[in-house]
Amino acid sequence: MSLVLEGVDRTVGGEVYLNDINLTFERGEFNVLLGLTEAGKTTMMRIMAGLEPPSRGRVVEDGQDVTHVPVRKRSVGMVYQQFINYPSLSVYDNIASPLKLAGFSKSEIDRLVRTEAERLGIDHLIDRLPSELSGGQQQRCAMARALVRDAKLVLLDEPLVNLDYKLREGLRSELRSLFADRDTVVVYATTEPEEALVLGGNTTVLHEGRVIQNGVTAQCYRHPANTTVTQVFADPPMNLMPVEIADGQIKAEGLLSAPLPEHMKDLAPGHYTLGIRPHHLFVTAGEGRIGLRGTVEVAEIAGSVTYVHLEVNGRDWVIEERGVHQVHPGERFELFMDLTRAYAFDSADQLAAAPHS
Amino acid sequence: MGSNRRYIFLGLWLVFLMLPIYWLLMMSLKTNQEILSTFSLWPQNLTVDNYVKIFTDATWYPGYINSTLYVVLNVVISLTVALPAAYAFSRYKFLGDKHLFFWLLTNIMAPPAVFLLPFFELYNSVGLYDTHIAVALAHTLFTVPLAVWILEGFMSGVPKEIDETAYLDGYSWPRFFLTIFLPLIRSGVGVTAFFCFMFSWVELLIARTITSTEAKPIAVTMTRTVGASGLDWGLLATAGVLTLVPGALVIWFVRKHIARGFALGRV
Repeated sequence: MSLVLEGVDRTVGGEVYLNDINLTFERGEFNVLLGLTEAGKTTMMRIMAGLEPPSRGRVVEDGQDVTHVPVRKRSVGMVYQQFINYPSLSVYDNIASPLKLAGFSKSEIDRLVRTEAERLGIDHLIDRLPSELSGGQQQRCAMARALVRDAKLVLLDEPLVNLDYKLREGLRSELRSLFADRDTVVVYATTEPEEALVLGGNTTVLHEGRVIQNGVTAQCYRHPANTTVTQVFADPPMNLMPVEIADGQIKAEGLLSAPLPEHMKDLAPGHYTLGIRPHHLFVTAGEGRIGLRGTVEVAEIAGSVTYVHLEVNGRDWVIEERGVHQVHPGERFELFMDLTRAYAFDSADQLAAAPHS
Repeated sequence: MGSNRRYIFLGLWLVFLMLPIYWLLMMSLKTNQEILSTFSLWPQNLTVDNYVKIFTDATWYPGYINSTLYVVLNVVISLTVALPAAYAFSRYKFLGDKHLFFWLLTNIMAPPAVFLLPFFELYNSVGLYDTHIAVALAHTLFTVPLAVWILEGFMSGVPKEIDETAYLDGYSWPRFFLTIFLPLIRSGVGVTAFFCFMFSWVELLIARTITSTEAKPIAVTMTRTVGASGLDWGLLATAGVLTLVPGALVIWFVRKHIARGFALGRV
């Protein structure tokens, strides 16, 4: 019971949108598609739904090739980034429309619509037109319509992007429970690493039309397969620096020279890329912290944390520090890092060492 | 001060605009004798004889029936043809779609007179001469491109995701189009119908060339009011007033959407 993409390519006018996608999505799991804009998330969803044909490859649903099955013969629910409802129908009729077309009885439709509306908290708005609802309610209505008929596949294409921050958090925390007891393949596309982490389940990281990592969300986050994943699946992205490992020392020309931390002891000597998350960098010295120098570019104070953007050895780095810190652009700045929390990527850009968690 | 001046010019403009129409209306309510002899701002001897004559005389009222008939036919044909065409232009990419779309509009650029001879000859040879459908079809040459352009603009304003959601929900195309899509572009359809109506209602050249008696439009009847005793001014004015009425009525219904129609739906 699953949806499988087999060697799927999508090329439009010579431009590659998707390149050799091989993925399996299981029923009852929450699958997150994570990628920057234009990574191919939407194209992939459209191919899964059957709205677009792949240039090559197959889409297999429960062992059946559905690549060229027309959408209306499939069983798919889709929620878009825009709030898509039928503007001339009431909320009730909007939610009821897939059921009516599937030939459910009147009483059955009524029961299902009311249950679904209640689960999404829009049961009191059922007689209104979509244009009379707020953005969040419109999106709830769209979700109810996608969910009401228990489709085999439910696709959510950045459904929370157009909502304001408060509504987004509310709906996001409900999402998991909405799908908890459903026997359906759920795919959720997002650009935000935080969303993937909150929603959990499985994460597939897409970049420029390719799958660069696929696995359990927390696992993907703790063990990013390569440096591209560290940039896509982290916000702010991981800080990177080329280093050399030799004689039990980790060195960067004129910047850093320190004994190897425990988890990097087994690495063969050579050139590596060091990665460290912004919250493992500090503005103050402490035990086991190694000092570095950088130039302040800008500081963003985001309430409880301050993001200090620096230039370190020609690269843009970010420190995430609790509290409010005043720094001045252009200032030489000493920052401290906790090397035991650092990642190392080898010269082939594969993860070589990750910190123990 | 500034706003006062604006109202003055607005008022003047209105007077200039409405004066001929006022004069036409007053003439239709006067006797020929009064029209020709005295200068009066309103009828001294109010009469509705002219109206009575037009509504009862068999040489007059069929003109209105004929005009209405072919105009309605034209609007119906234009919309039936243009709705699917506009949908295709707004939703699908196909070879030469942009060129075809532009080429449609170039149809309107040719003066109708160019088509007189071919239409006359063609309709004669297939036995359509002097029928309502002939005039309606001839007019579609101009109204269909216009309708496609206007409707395409309105349709492109509807997000494509609505179509897709409908297909995912299980709608067939005809059902989706009639129950979901058409209500969304209602005002566009109204405006389009208005533009087709307006063209067909006021077009004289083609209509008079390919008709003689059976489908003679009202405008043609009006140009033939010269009797042995000269022009019947009052009657002619009455016919004019009655010809204005349907246009005014239609404009009243679409007045809110008409600006968008003039912009071919692209606002």
